[in-house]
Amino acid sequence: MIPSAFAYHRPKSVNEAVALLAELGEDARPLAGGHSLIPIMKLRLAAPSDLVDLAGIADLKGIREDGSDIVIGAMTTQHELIGSDLLAGKVPILRETALLIADPQVRYVGTIGGNAANGDPINDMPAVMLALDATYELAGKGGTRKVAARRYYRGTYDTAIEPGEILTAIRVPTPPSGHGHAYEKLKRKVGDYATAAAAVVLTISGGTVASCAIALTNVGETPLLAEEAAAIVTGSRLEAETVKKAMAAAEAITAPASDRRGTPQYRTKVAGVLVARALDRAKARAA
Amino acid sequence: MAKTRISLTVNGREVEELVEPRMLLIHFLREQLNLTGPHIGCETSHCGACTVDLDGKSVKSCTVFAVQANGADIVTIEGIAAADGTLHALQEGFREMHGLQCGFCTPGMITRGYRLLQENPNPSEEEIRVGISGNLCRCTGYQNIVKAIQYAAAKLAGATVQEAAE
Amino acid sequence: MNDTVLTPQQRTDQLEGIGCKRKRVEDVRFVQGKGNYVDDVKLPGMLYGDFVRSPYAHARVARIDTSKAEALPGVVAVLTAETLKTVNLAWMPTLAGDVQMVLADGKVLFQNQEVAFVVANDRYVAADAVELVEVEYEALPVNVDPLKAMTDAAPVIREDIKDKKEGAHGPRKHPNHIFSWQAGDKAAADAAFDNAEVTIKEFIPYPRVHPCPLETCQCVASFDKIKGELTLWGTFQAPHVIRTVASLISPLPEHKIHVIAPDIGGGFGNKVGAYPGYICAIVASIVTGLPVKWVEDRIENLSTTAFARDFFMTTELAATKDGRLTGLRCYTIADHGAFDACANATKWPAGLFSIISGSYDIPAAYCLVDGVYTNKAPGGVAYRCSFRVTEAAYAIERAMDIMAHKLGMDPAEFRMKNLIKAEQFPYTSAFGWQYDSGDYQTALKKAMETVGYTGLRAEQKAKQEAFKRGETRELMGIGVAFFTEIVGAGPSRACDILGIAMFDSAEIRIHPTGTGICRLGTKSQGQGHETTYAQIIATELGLAADGITVEEGNTDTAPYGLGTYGSRSTPVSGAATAMACRKIKAKAQMIAAYMLEVHDDDVEFDIDRFRVKGNPERFKTMKEIAWAAYHEVPPGMEPGLEAVNYYDPPNMTYPFGAYISVVDIDVDTGETKVRRFYALDDCGTRINPMIIEGQIHGGLTEAFAIAMGQEIHYDDDGNVTSASFLDYFLPTAVETPKWETDWTTTPSPHHPIGAKGVGESPNVGGVPCFSNAVNDAFAFLGASHISMPHDHWRTWEAAEKLGLHA
Repeated sequence: MIPSAFAYHRPKSVNEAVALLAELGEDARPLAGGHSLIPIMKLRLAAPSDLVDLAGIADLKGIREDGSDIVIGAMTTQHELIGSDLLAGKVPILRETALLIADPQVRYVGTIGGNAANGDPINDMPAVMLALDATYELAGKGGTRKVAARRYYRGTYDTAIEPGEILTAIRVPTPPSGHGHAYEKLKRKVGDYATAAAAVVLTISGGTVASCAIALTNVGETPLLAEEAAAIVTGSRLEAETVKKAMAAAEAITAPASDRRGTPQYRTKVAGVLVARALDRAKARAA
Repeated sequence: MAKTRISLTVNGREVEELVEPRMLLIHFLREQLNLTGPHIGCETSHCGACTVDLDGKSVKSCTVFAVQANGADIVTIEGIAAADGTLHALQEGFREMHGLQCGFCTPGMITRGYRLLQENPNPSEEEIRVGISGNLCRCTGYQNIVKAIQYAAAKLAGATVQEAAE
Repeated sequence: MNDTVLTPQQRTDQLEGIGCKRKRVEDVRFVQGKGNYVDDVKLPGMLYGDFVRSPYAHARVARIDTSKAEALPGVVAVLTAETLKTVNLAWMPTLAGDVQMVLADGKVLFQNQEVAFVVANDRYVAADAVELVEVEYEALPVNVDPLKAMTDAAPVIREDIKDKKEGAHGPRKHPNHIFSWQAGDKAAADAAFDNAEVTIKEFIPYPRVHPCPLETCQCVASFDKIKGELTLWGTFQAPHVIRTVASLISPLPEHKIHVIAPDIGGGFGNKVGAYPGYICAIVASIVTGLPVKWVEDRIENLSTTAFARDFFMTTELAATKDGRLTGLRCYTIADHGAFDACANATKWPAGLFSIISGSYDIPAAYCLVDGVYTNKAPGGVAYRCSFRVTEAAYAIERAMDIMAHKLGMDPAEFRMKNLIKAEQFPYTSAFGWQYDSGDYQTALKKAMETVGYTGLRAEQKAKQEAFKRGETRELMGIGVAFFTEIVGAGPSRACDILGIAMFDSAEIRIHPTGTGICRLGTKSQGQGHETTYAQIIATELGLAADGITVEEGNTDTAPYGLGTYGSRSTPVSGAATAMACRKIKAKAQMIAAYMLEVHDDDVEFDIDRFRVKGNPERFKTMKEIAWAAYHEVPPGMEPGLEAVNYYDPPNMTYPFGAYISVVDIDVDTGETKVRRFYALDDCGTRINPMIIEGQIHGGLTEAFAIAMGQEIHYDDDGNVTSASFLDYFLPTAVETPKWETDWTTTPSPHHPIGAKGVGESPNVGGVPCFSNAVNDAFAFLGASHISMPHDHWRTWEAAEKLGLHA
């Protein structure tokens, strides 16, 4: 219930934050919404020496259009994502997903950066970012760099972010107007992590799938991009047989953990079912 | 670890206190400010019994450090009633509709209801259920809590309310 | 106001007595955050205690080094078993006739068992000090499977009693065996089965779950060195029992122990017994001379305090081929964990499990229960179980569905055919229980008509055909449960806790100005006692409920009682309240007659007054009589107007109910949606219908959680894998179904106001209703019994086993 002691810092800019992290060393952690980090600190599974609170950095907030991209500040809360008319209109899958994350109180405080960056396979945004082919903008002592979400996740809590770097923004290529989307998540209850989930973004042209991206949550050590499944449905009219093949292809890439949510076999099969349902809903939404 | 000074507003009152960085906001409120309304029901940020209103957001005060609340404007259950002691429509509704039994989840539930009705003054039953899904209750089965919030919504909107629980 | 203007109905209404949906008195403070719970108690100089706990499920404790912890600034003391041995408290007696380690004495027997108790001036320092205590363990083989507990290969859990061939409840047949308990007539039951036309036999497990009240267990112990007195605040459902136990195990005499149970944030049986935290806090307070607070966190609560169920019931029914039950047998293995700390009455190591013949007229029945030790937390009786009635009801209600299916009969019709008939009451079951009253057929008919049962079965049939044709991937299930509860423990000849008879009490004092105070031996943890006992008094004495203060929980002022659990408050203290009122009323009658200058027998009670028979304009209100009791009583009478009653109930009471649910199951994900849940309860006289409805909603929600997802799960190494809210299934308002409640009323003939109690009924009936619904959905496909919890993956596996995913 009670965390170990630490020193607290509240920088006012990104430069200040990365300078602090560099100076304080490996046991310092950035603090975003805190609703992943603070619970594990309370269980004493993490005991950082220092917390660098990013809440005072204005540059990390905001949602804006930048050409054919939408750029979302890493400290944007799930609540702000849900309330953004820009996102509701241009990237509706983000709102749908955010509403399925945790509960109202957590959504008020939890950030998209926190959900995307730490490499916990239970988080929902990573799979969505894979499906959207988003790019993560990072800042560190050495400067800024960009990493594609599809190349960011390596293993459980193992990502491309370097010690001392922070995620400053997520850059999402704006999906074409009239695209279809769905985030289909099976969970035991509100506030529970996904037993499995599937993110689908697609476009339909003349009744046929012109483009498709499919990604899976919490059925592997990282979010999984189901490239083969997406390739199978691309060019099809999402006939029953085609969808079945896509399900099998998605199932084939899973390696779920076994926990109270179910056996690996169950979670794999459910992932397939959720892919089918997400494809169905995305198709219905596509213009 | 050295203590740090924080200043914030709690239930309309300016407060200035020294805290360790690791002091959780819930402990700060309960132990240092003697506001024992918000409660602790778990340590994994699920139950919501610690819910307070922080800068216009419903927040689980067990998952925030007091230092993060420096400069914040916080309302707890103790600040929900009017200054002259008149109960808020929610407090009245919880009593009218039997929306509580042991009372332990009630401060967090009412404080959450307070913000929910500002987000959405006329919520449907489903919206209320989603709205309070961050607050666990073991006694009531939620059904009368929903009715209590509906009572309050109606009263705040100036409509006539159900006289008593069905 | 001139009250001769009021009609009798108005006079009755303004009393807010029995039957009124009186708003709750306790709400006023709770909605303002002004409850007074244990963790709100703050005393000058108060210290905080926290436990070092074992990561191992079974291990020797080779070494404990407390030096680093003791050296941490702010740490005042670190207690170990060695410290406690100096005051003979390293072990404590349990409510079940066993002994339990307070702190690990050479061994640990379940994961998270208490090893050392750190005491510091700040709870943050205490948490740091816990990490600094160094413990060396030598792991031992673990057994968490109760079905393997009595094999030769099973590790011996209780070395302290391994050579004891006699336990508290009779002979032990294995070092891990606790007791064998049986009831009924084995020969008659065996004969029924030998001659049966149709039999069923099913292994029906009831998984280990935990009542999980929102407030965890906690206490503040404050020993006054000058007076030599201990004051103990705590989450105690039975404060007097705690006081007596404390006096028996410590050098303090009972009159120097003051136990206070303030507001309690839910109990559900989790807060009946004594925990190591209480003992350690008391010892620490005595040692330091300062108050010591202990507040457990949620993981500690779920993994070490009184769990519920963990019963493995092989249940058999015998019947004629046209559906008349002829016999019942049940053999149960009961997993009690590492210590038998079950909160049962002394003579009932398996509680009231022999209610297992349920609502049915079964001529021959027998049950046998073997309790065993495993490397799990101690407990067993909790979570609205009415002393193992939830287990019994689950077994019989599942068995009834299984038999109905084998006979090709509808489950509701099969029940209707075998329900005890109204004219058979009072009914003596094959286990010897005398059911007080009931009209079961009326209740079941009402339930079936209200839900449109015939239509639901027709809809289900159509859906089954559609499923077979591949038109839908949803299965519809209909759950039926008709339960009989047994509550109100209990008659002293049968029921005692540690030798104290299970009576209960009410002490009522009416003040000169006509209001009053009532103190009782029960203790509300949310049941609304401050509101409801006053309603009984209002009806009995004709004084407004608003004028009666109700107090519980302070052992100095409350008359002795056995506390609140097992739905016993209304049957026992509710009766005591009525009886105490009647003593007051008898005195009031004499005062009234004296004031009216007539003979005692010439006045009669009318709502709120005594009036002269045949001359009703001449009366004295109870308010006037109260004044007279202090002003001028008849010659020879004592002044004052009060009474106490200690009520020894003549029998248990038998609430009952008919529950019907409808579920729709997605076979491809295993999700179950609850379409409808209808609960008809009969608890006899209904004191406050609003509060009854609230109890039903809460109990059904707990039942939903148990049936559909709760489990305190141990892996083979004894690790508890579900001991936080990350995993333990507590539904939110989104998952929780909407409840429909209804009732019939058959008063209890032996209870002064005919009331039976209701708090646990929804859990007793709710769990089998849900489980039957899920099982019913798959039954037409030839499924065998599907065990709880019916969470997504297990339901999916049931579908997988039936080949539904091909």
